[in-house]
Amino acid sequence: MNLFAIAGKSIRQRLLSSSLTAFSVSLGVMLMVAVLVIYGIMDRVFNQQAVGYQLIVGPKGSDMQLVLNTIYRVGAPLQNLPYLYFEELKKDPRIGVAIPVCLGDTTQQGGFPIVGTTEDYFSHEYAPGREFLIRGEPFTRSFDAIIGSQVYHTNGWDLGTEFRLVHGGAESHVHDEKFTVAGVLAPTGTPNDKTVFIHLNGFYAISGHDAPLKEAVKRWHEFSGQPTTDAALDAAVADWRKKCGITDVDEDEKHEEKGAAPAPAPHHHHHKACDVQKEVTAILVNMKGDSMTAAAMFSGEMKRGHKVQAVNPIIPMQRLMSDILGNVRTVLVVLTGLIIVVSGVGIFVSIYNSMSDRRKEIAIMRALGAQRRTVFAIILAESILLCFGGGIFGILLGHGLVFSAAPIVQQQTGILISPFAFEPIELVLLPALIALASIVGVVPGLAAYRTDVARALAD
Amino acid sequence: MSLQLRNVIKTYREPDGNILTVLDIESFQIGPAEQVVLVGASGGGKTSLLNVISGISMPDQGSVSVGGTEITRLPEVARDRFRAERIGFVFQTFNLLPAFSALENVLLGMSFSGKRVDAKRARDLLERVGLGHRTSHRPPQLSVGEQQRVAVARALANRPSLLLADEPTANVDVRNQDVILDLIREACAESKVALLMVTHSTDVAARFQRVDRLETFNRAGATR
Repeated sequence: MNLFAIAGKSIRQRLLSSSLTAFSVSLGVMLMVAVLVIYGIMDRVFNQQAVGYQLIVGPKGSDMQLVLNTIYRVGAPLQNLPYLYFEELKKDPRIGVAIPVCLGDTTQQGGFPIVGTTEDYFSHEYAPGREFLIRGEPFTRSFDAIIGSQVYHTNGWDLGTEFRLVHGGAESHVHDEKFTVAGVLAPTGTPNDKTVFIHLNGFYAISGHDAPLKEAVKRWHEFSGQPTTDAALDAAVADWRKKCGITDVDEDEKHEEKGAAPAPAPHHHHHKACDVQKEVTAILVNMKGDSMTAAAMFSGEMKRGHKVQAVNPIIPMQRLMSDILGNVRTVLVVLTGLIIVVSGVGIFVSIYNSMSDRRKEIAIMRALGAQRRTVFAIILAESILLCFGGGIFGILLGHGLVFSAAPIVQQQTGILISPFAFEPIELVLLPALIALASIVGVVPGLAAYRTDVARALAD
Repeated sequence: MSLQLRNVIKTYREPDGNILTVLDIESFQIGPAEQVVLVGASGGGKTSLLNVISGISMPDQGSVSVGGTEITRLPEVARDRFRAERIGFVFQTFNLLPAFSALENVLLGMSFSGKRVDAKRARDLLERVGLGHRTSHRPPQLSVGEQQRVAVARALANRPSLLLADEPTANVDVRNQDVILDLIREACAESKVALLMVTHSTDVAARFQRVDRLETFNRAGATR
């Protein structure tokens, strides 16, 4: 019989107290595993693997706000960029993919963020190696919408459902225009799941999404460094009016609509938004050949200008992970580690308290020829079995917790969690538990080592 | 000689600080396969003597040889190993481990000897003591007589050259006393194992050819 078999018998002898102490280790390990797995998932959500673009181009400002708003649809957008800049950017020979996104509105039902974009958004991988799967069809009409899987589940919308948008998150201002669900995305495990995508043309057709012509021309001239004198602007406005076929009546109608209460729209009505009046919130960019060097050079080039920034989304997110979430993880890992240590102390107390009852048992073994180091090792093995067994059970419980929570988390947050997610760092847990068990087993082990055999047998 | 003691003195320090001599033996020996019963008054040092012979306790001076090996000269680790391999022990209170089955109790004795654990021999021994059908029973599931028979099987497991039995029949009923006694004597005779049995029962002592009174060779008893 080996030491572990003998120790196992001893554990069975005190099954209830042994089980409870091992279970306390299980609970600590369960929490630790859950923290590690969930943090691992967060890490993947917020790293390069989750974003299929090398750069996010947006106005100057907080890079984190730009990435959070553009990719994760959290928080308010920065200022907008002129649509004409997007057109210019597309023509840059270094750029491979440039996709405009317009954010700010939400759905009336459920408050899901609206993203105005083009069909290119769906033909491009949303993460490396992962493509969108659409039930229905991509954008064909201006007022088509494609909804994420979570919107589908939460709002109960399906193909053909019509809905309205709330302007800029203000519940009081509901746009008249109705959009129709033309496609439903399969779950992606990304913020796309809780997003409603509308056709960029439809987005610009919504009243209030295009600036007054003169103001837009002035802004474009300022942005692009063209003359902003009254004469230059008047000439440019006249030029744009001609180019876009805008009459004074169109402009007046628009201003009346803005001032008066909107009449119910019997059908979709399109504003004649001129390109100079259009704006985009950000542009998703991949360089030609997906060259990281080219992306870094382009980003550096943008830093030198005053109007635009091009951010590698991984950089601010890694900062967020390391500066804030990393610390949260550290705190949680330390706390759960302490729980495990406390459980280890529980094992120590349990074994140590049992030692007085087991002096005779140990003395019998010694009388049968067991050496001091053998009885020491038996007690140590018992401590290791309790910690290891508790640890294995805790790992199973932790994964069980993740398994059970995965669909709930996905439903609540849109973050796709694999029920079988495993973090390599978990492999460190068991050796760490064995080390802990060895430490807590030393004192009771020494008590066994020092047992006075003759006296214990006489007792 | 299977056992030879020379000039053995064993003392204990009492709680009040006085030194109590429990053993003062000039000479004591047992021949090969000889069966000896040792009688003596309670508190006369019988258990202390068994502890010294088995190497559980060390004498303050003198030598103890078992089967030609002077165990008083061995370091503790070697003494433990020697005890596991060469000395069998049957206790008054059986001292079986309650978490282990009858078979496992026998195997446990083998485990500590460092030899290969021979499950077949363990089963044969349990068969020999009439417990072949109760090998998987744990001590609380066995009668006291059965428990002591398991203890006998355990003591013989490592083919010892000396069997020490400390009042082995004191805690069993009269019917089982004879069974246990016969079992120990027969098993020792079959295996040519020397036997030293401590008892205070004159009935038990009467069944042995050689009966030694501890007081006759332990000078400590005379001085107390």
